[in-house]
Amino acid sequence: MSDTTIEFSAAAAPLAEKLLAPALEIIARYPEGRSRSALLPLLHLVQTEEGHVSPTGVAFCAEVLGITKAQVGAVATFYTMYKRRPSGEYLVSVCTNTLCNMMGGQEVYDRLTEHLGVGHDETTADGRITLEHAECLAACDYAPVVTVNYDFAVDEATPDGAVELVESLRKGERPAPTRGARVCSLKEMQHQLAGFADEREGAVGDGPAGAPTLRGVNLAQQHGIAVPNFHLDAPIAKTKPAREETK
Amino acid sequence: MTQPRREVLEKLTPVLTKRWLSPDAWKIDVYERLDGYAALKKALDVHPDDLIQLIKDSGLRGRGGAGFPTGLKWSFIPQGDGKPHYLVINADEGEPGTCKDLPLMTYDPHALIEGAIIASYAIRSNRAFIYIRGEAVHAARRLRSAVEQAYAKGYLGTNILGSGFDLELVVHSGAGAYICGEETALLDSLEGFRGQPRLRPPFPAIAGLYASPTVVNNVGTIASVPYIVLGGADWWKSMGTEKSSGPMIYSLSGRIVNPGQYECGLGITLRELIELAGGMKPGHELKFWTPGGSSTPLLTAEHIDTAMDFEGVAAAGSILGTTAMQIFSDKDCPVYATWRWLEFYHHESCGKCTPCREGNYWMVRTYRRILSGEGTHADLDTLQDTADNIFGRSFCGLGDGAATPVISTLKFFRQDYLDYIEGRTAPRLSAKALVGAH
Repeated sequence: MSDTTIEFSAAAAPLAEKLLAPALEIIARYPEGRSRSALLPLLHLVQTEEGHVSPTGVAFCAEVLGITKAQVGAVATFYTMYKRRPSGEYLVSVCTNTLCNMMGGQEVYDRLTEHLGVGHDETTADGRITLEHAECLAACDYAPVVTVNYDFAVDEATPDGAVELVESLRKGERPAPTRGARVCSLKEMQHQLAGFADEREGAVGDGPAGAPTLRGVNLAQQHGIAVPNFHLDAPIAKTKPAREETK
Repeated sequence: MTQPRREVLEKLTPVLTKRWLSPDAWKIDVYERLDGYAALKKALDVHPDDLIQLIKDSGLRGRGGAGFPTGLKWSFIPQGDGKPHYLVINADEGEPGTCKDLPLMTYDPHALIEGAIIASYAIRSNRAFIYIRGEAVHAARRLRSAVEQAYAKGYLGTNILGSGFDLELVVHSGAGAYICGEETALLDSLEGFRGQPRLRPPFPAIAGLYASPTVVNNVGTIASVPYIVLGGADWWKSMGTEKSSGPMIYSLSGRIVNPGQYECGLGITLRELIELAGGMKPGHELKFWTPGGSSTPLLTAEHIDTAMDFEGVAAAGSILGTTAMQIFSDKDCPVYATWRWLEFYHHESCGKCTPCREGNYWMVRTYRRILSGEGTHADLDTLQDTADNIFGRSFCGLGDGAATPVISTLKFFRQDYLDYIEGRTAPRLSAKALVGAH
């Protein structure tokens, strides 16, 4: 599938012009003849341009992989992170799964809905914010949590704190997240989801571990507790040589 | 907050979490200073079969929930079959309550990469994939950076450290689908399809990724491997219990003073863990909890002294799962909690099989009705009947997981349901959320 002379249809051409090079780079990550594995990252990639998966995006993925639009559409509609409508510059997600919900996540979500005047998967008129309630975001020790473009933005969130966050975003500010990297746009985040490095100087190092993450290990350190008898050179029983002699 | 007693503190076993204290451990030079890649050097001097035996001897069991013996799984990969072999790491962490793999990948990504190289060498795989949950963006950012650093240092790529062993490692982000944590759905997703589970057999060890022999292991399982290679099987077995060896990261959340990650030997009890976490929040009394995420049957205050290992939790009628302990108190309503979990399972059901797809659709509606104050006694029979027909009759574990909180709350907290139905508890949902009539 590394054929760079693909003839794109009129529907796919506008995207192909911008995205063919990174698309081929994505496809090259997978074994020969297994290019379809690139479909999920390619769908993330089309969102870097369009902010959602449009018919153009579907056509582009189908043509670059040599599969049908129906096959691409079936995949694009299955996964929550592929958006069906244009989304805002920032995706604000509030966890309302049971644990976060009962620790106050529902109140946070309800207040944001009221404050922004939008419901789940809807975007504010200024195009800044798409709001969603999310399922478990794997940070229950910080419940309730709010993410911006999937990076952990507010821990132990309160309705007031969440309103402050969205107001700041709407003013064009980019408040420092609690544990994620510095805020970027949702389209820029899609580039990383497509498997490319975060090229912003220092962004990979952002986001210190929070207290809950380190609670157990800190407690152990504080009380001088370690697992005894750890020696790096503990022998491994060898029944045969590591490698056969080269023929 | 009360201080934990010394004998309880001594149950902490900082192994996989230890490097989290070094803020720059994601950088390869820092990782190398902290014993990093020493296990890889040691492993490459050992025959792959001897490594598999070492992992068998350690008693390591899968950390993703099922607890299958890791060395045995590796030994199922047919050798000399002429087919490519694959290692796929399940980093699709999303089981409600679970939050141990994300910090591991964010703060110590090289531990996973080093484990992946050793595991690939053992099963004779030249390609490995880390399928990471889409939403886990910071962990993915760190992992991708770490993979790039490992290539630059010659730990990945061709002829690794002069051993003749080659490995390509790709970090592949998912796109928001809980079902992809199920290993065969994950493989379909990685192949570019909708993430729906496959019929087994054949098992992934025979026909996994691209119909080739594949080992699918959880993040915690693979990150444990370098420690076993360094410290040895006997050292590993000095932690945990006879049948459940080693340390485990327990994720504690909810109504406790200090929620967080606590790494302890398998077999610790909830009572001891709560003590480590500073006790219950003032004014809260333990009422119900999940031993290993929402897909494991709920336990109650009477199970507080259950040994949190595979055997102990099974004996109490539940599953160790992901050791994600969501702790709820007398201020929390088990009916409401179950409804919210059901909304989740309903949303995440892949739609492949009827019991899960239809059963969750209807159970959610029944819960809404009960919580709106419109429930009837017959609703409880409907719930029990539906859950019983989902459990064990679904295509994969998602259906069982969905039925689980329903069955366990009906068993332990029937009175809480009756209180809504008989009008003693005020409705939690407004009538406009009500869908469907009696």
